[in-house]
Amino acid sequence: MLLIECPWCGPLAETEFSYGGEAGITRPLDPDALSDAEWADYLFYRANPRGAHRELWNHAHGCRRWFGVERDTVSYRITGSFKLDLAEPRSGGNTEQGD
Amino acid sequence: MKKYSAYSLLRNALSHNRNWRTAWRSPEPKKSYDAIVVGGGGHGLATAYYLAKNHGMRNVAVLEKGWIGGGNTGRNTTIVRSNYLWTEAALLYEKSMQLWEGLSQDLNYNVMFSQRGVYNLGHSLQDMRDIERRVNANRLNGIDAEVVGTAELAKAIPCLNVSSDSRYPVLGASLQRRGGVARHDAVAWGFARAADALGVDIVEQCAVTDIDVRGGKAVGVQTTRGPIASDRIGVVVAGHAGVLAKMAGLRLPIESHPLQAFVSEPIRPVLDTVVMSGAVHGYISQSDKGELVIGAGIDAYNGYGQRGSFPVIEHALQAIVELFPVFSRVRMLRLWGGIVDVAPDACPILSKTPVEGLYFNCGWGTGGFKATPGSGWVFAHTMAHDEAHQLNAPFSLERFATGALVDEHGAAAVAH
Ligand SMILES: Cc1cc2nc3c(=O)[nH]c(=O)nc-3n(C[C@H](O)[C@H](O)[C@H](O)COP(=O)(O)OP(=O)(O)OC[C@H]3O[C@@H](n4cnc5c(N)ncnc54)[C@H](O)[C@@H]3O)c2cc1C
Ligand SMILES: [Zn+2]
Repeated sequence: MLLIECPWCGPLAETEFSYGGEAGITRPLDPDALSDAEWADYLFYRANPRGAHRELWNHAHGCRRWFGVERDTVSYRITGSFKLDLAEPRSGGNTEQGD
Repeated sequence: MKKYSAYSLLRNALSHNRNWRTAWRSPEPKKSYDAIVVGGGGHGLATAYYLAKNHGMRNVAVLEKGWIGGGNTGRNTTIVRSNYLWTEAALLYEKSMQLWEGLSQDLNYNVMFSQRGVYNLGHSLQDMRDIERRVNANRLNGIDAEVVGTAELAKAIPCLNVSSDSRYPVLGASLQRRGGVARHDAVAWGFARAADALGVDIVEQCAVTDIDVRGGKAVGVQTTRGPIASDRIGVVVAGHAGVLAKMAGLRLPIESHPLQAFVSEPIRPVLDTVVMSGAVHGYISQSDKGELVIGAGIDAYNGYGQRGSFPVIEHALQAIVELFPVFSRVRMLRLWGGIVDVAPDACPILSKTPVEGLYFNCGWGTGGFKATPGSGWVFAHTMAHDEAHQLNAPFSLERFATGALVDEHGAAAVAH
């Protein structure tokens, strides 16, 4: 189980959170101006990297706020959480995880 | 290839089983091939087999980074069915079903295909409406399907809790009698042996590390066993599809997730069919060894580690124990995970790409084992003719831009 650190509530069990996929994807301001391929890219294409991944989590059973997590998709090790307005990974803290 | 038969069993028994041949060669890779299949799972091996058998292409290699069948092919819960909602999907999976029905004979290898029936449970009025709709859609496509009520369910599966006070009340189910299970390892081994007999080189311990593209055309691959040239490359690597696409400068609408399954200690025969519940994310059958084979839902996060989180297992087991109270004291024996390649519409991608001579077969996600023979059949056609077979034409990469998705998410019984 992952131990995820909510920037507001601290490290808590994965079951308190829900996953929101890749972080940093912004909705195009003017969708009508996009080609079909560009719109498809926004809707469906994700980096899906094997390795470091910046992703969204929501503290669904807690403060219900969204934040970012930096996690390795192979070892699942979490290296930091960050508030979305800061958009900076937060290092340190108790972000270890078990299996 | 020495044919397996009752006679060969007897002959080898008399010589104390010392004279069996290896089922396939382990050749050194050649410098070049007419076609390369990357990934030695069931789909890759089936592709190579049908390239040789249906299209006369025998100078073909399957490059596998580990051992054949070590990916999702050897990690799945082996459920085979073709009762998909949408015509495009139903026809593709039904092609596969028809191949399954003659596969052991065709490959001269017992894949233990057992048509013991597949029940998809409904737990709410809406579930039952969806089931009726799907059953009707299946029948219109010539696929066997029935709606069954609780009385019939109680008779067919005595250990299933159909009482109205259960936590996940069962209101009925769909039944595909031609559905069932097959032995996953045997599917990989059978295709490998049959492809090898037709001249295909199966090269294990050979990871593809780069795809060479020149002037918009695929010209070969770099591997841990050296460069290999070919102008026809089919990539069939399931959860690693995105990694291989990147090597060719492409992107795919695929996300990789862990999917877990587990088996119990062997017990006496108690469940002679397959029971699935999309609503509560559990599916179960009993293997010939007596183990209960149970699958869970995917872990929500992206993952390339072949393991997932404990709460997902707990969730699946809670559902199974509610549905089958009699299993509550059965011990689990083994647990594992695979990496599944999930597409936005829960349907596969069997497609040409913007790189000439480079083809991708992926996106089968949580439910591609059942499609193994059919996938190989149509993908071999696509590679041999540089053009989709009519059954996989709807499953191109373009559909994500045109919007012609085949939305099986939630529409299918459950995508396994
Ligand atoms: C737990 C679980 C339960 C499932 N249950 C069912 C079910 O009940 N019914 C069903 O129909 N489907 C089920 N599935 C899905 C099914 O297993 C897959 O869709 C199917 O087996 C995919 O086959 P494949 O040959 O495409 O992939 P795989 O068998 O994963 O083969 C891909 C191969 O590519 C190799 N590879 C990767 N990268 C490279 C590289 N760089 N170079 C060379 N080789 C490489 C891998 O080592 C692997 O052997 C389940 C999956 C899982 C994980
Ligand atoms: Zn919080």
